[in-house]
Amino acid sequence: MEMPDIIEPVSGGGGVPDAVLTAENLTYSYRAREGELPPRVLDGIDMDVGRGAFVAVLGHNGSGKSTLAKHFNAVLLPVGGRVLVEGMDTSDERLTLDIRRAVGMVFQNPDNQIVASVVEEDVAFAPENLGCPSEDIRRRVDEALRVVGMSEYGGHSPHLLSGGQKQRVAIAGVLAMEPKCIVFDEPTAMLDPRGRGSVIRIIRRLCGELGVTVVLITHHMDEAIGADRLIVMSDGRIVMDGTPREIFSRPDALAAYGLDTPETVSLLRGLREDGFDVPLDALTVDECADAILSALAVRPA
Amino acid sequence: MLRDVTIGQYFPGGTPIHRLDPRTKLVWTVIFITALFMARGALSYALMLCVLAGCVFASRVSARALMGSIKPMLIIICITAILNVFFTRGEVIARLWVISVTREGLISAAYMASRLVMLISGTFLLTYTTSPIALTDGIESLLGPLKKIRLPVHELAMMMSIALRFIPTLIEETDKIMSAQKARGADFETGGLIKRAKALLPILIPLFISAFRRADELAVAMESRCYHGGEGRTRMKKLRMTSRDCAALALGAALPALIVVTNMLSGA
Repeated sequence: MEMPDIIEPVSGGGGVPDAVLTAENLTYSYRAREGELPPRVLDGIDMDVGRGAFVAVLGHNGSGKSTLAKHFNAVLLPVGGRVLVEGMDTSDERLTLDIRRAVGMVFQNPDNQIVASVVEEDVAFAPENLGCPSEDIRRRVDEALRVVGMSEYGGHSPHLLSGGQKQRVAIAGVLAMEPKCIVFDEPTAMLDPRGRGSVIRIIRRLCGELGVTVVLITHHMDEAIGADRLIVMSDGRIVMDGTPREIFSRPDALAAYGLDTPETVSLLRGLREDGFDVPLDALTVDECADAILSALAVRPA
Repeated sequence: MLRDVTIGQYFPGGTPIHRLDPRTKLVWTVIFITALFMARGALSYALMLCVLAGCVFASRVSARALMGSIKPMLIIICITAILNVFFTRGEVIARLWVISVTREGLISAAYMASRLVMLISGTFLLTYTTSPIALTDGIESLLGPLKKIRLPVHELAMMMSIALRFIPTLIEETDKIMSAQKARGADFETGGLIKRAKALLPILIPLFISAFRRADELAVAMESRCYHGGEGRTRMKKLRMTSRDCAALALGAALPALIVVTNMLSGA
């Protein structure tokens, strides 16, 4: 006689305990033309994101990483399998609003996600939708603008801001919902290097200081260095999953999926091929500099 | 060249006019326009001009900005004035072949032109001193009663504020597309009307495609920020009528009455 090993809780939470996001055998395909088999954009994704984690999802164009991101706040619904947000099934329409409140999303193009023509009104958009009282909205807006360092731009018009500033406003707009988790869908793809830097610094701070769970979809390897965990996607599947050190120490595997290693790792590899005894897992610029200095010190004259 | 477009532009400020409730300003604008069409005779026009000048002065909107708003309408104003000059019957003061210029025609042209100029300046003063958001909030609140007859008031207000938000973005984009097409040898400046209109096609098509893409992305972004229509939505800045607004509305109510009086005085 068969007995179920695990009794599922009524609230529906599966996977790892205390996971904010869970995908179980998630499959997705866009509608295909008649007679053709629909191509699978996501093909059996299983993953969990723990509370307070900073997870970066890497993949070349068309790997399905953005499609995956859109599943985490019910913008897209799974064709097969299921996605749980704080134990809530995204397919349940009654929960959609609660899910979107728990998981905010920042998109690639800052221009296309700013609704209002004044910065603080835009930041207020989400709490207004949630029906917060106006003093509470004021507090949330001031706080969110402070976190992204845009307090003095509250009364400005968004179209006069730089790309990086616009994206910071967009982040503030999501922060004002006070979400538990924020999914960033290639937030720096349209920014110049300075704007990129400021946005990435804010993302790190959100995770480090405010305890927000962060999922960062990106194809810039350098941005992924600061993450706790990297997930590499290719053809709609998860092909690598581990810490940045583990993943970036396998440059050949990464290259097979169309990805580079960060500049620091490429430099260290080059040095190693030339006979220097340097480690390959010094990822940040500072670590890399230290590693090279100590290798130079050890090297016989 | 497209950057000169001032429609829907807002000049932030803290003047008494800026601080009025948008509903007051909307009602005032409607009253002003009504009074403008009621006005007959020099005295009434002088009164309207004084009111307008007073508002402009109080709002500290620069004369240049106001001129900028009239510039695109200049052709319409001129055509209206010219038609008035030629097609008003009365005492003929000059004659050229079949066209005759009458004294009444000149007077009515002058009135018509100044009426249009004041009409445009007055409405632009509203947008110059009221943020688009306050403006749409005001419209939504004023039209609120129409929700009862199932008019989608909130949706209309939202559409308006998004349209205003995207005007500068789309203008920037048009500039970019024009530069790109010029770089490939497109010619927008020469040729007749039809040729120029045809030359605009390679601008409009990419612009439309990109506008649709933007609309799609914006809709997703709005939904992921929990937008679900006007139901249960609150506002950060609630509209509040103050004693200042009441005073302004009382003055507004007095304006048509004054115009009736000045009409009678100058009509006599």
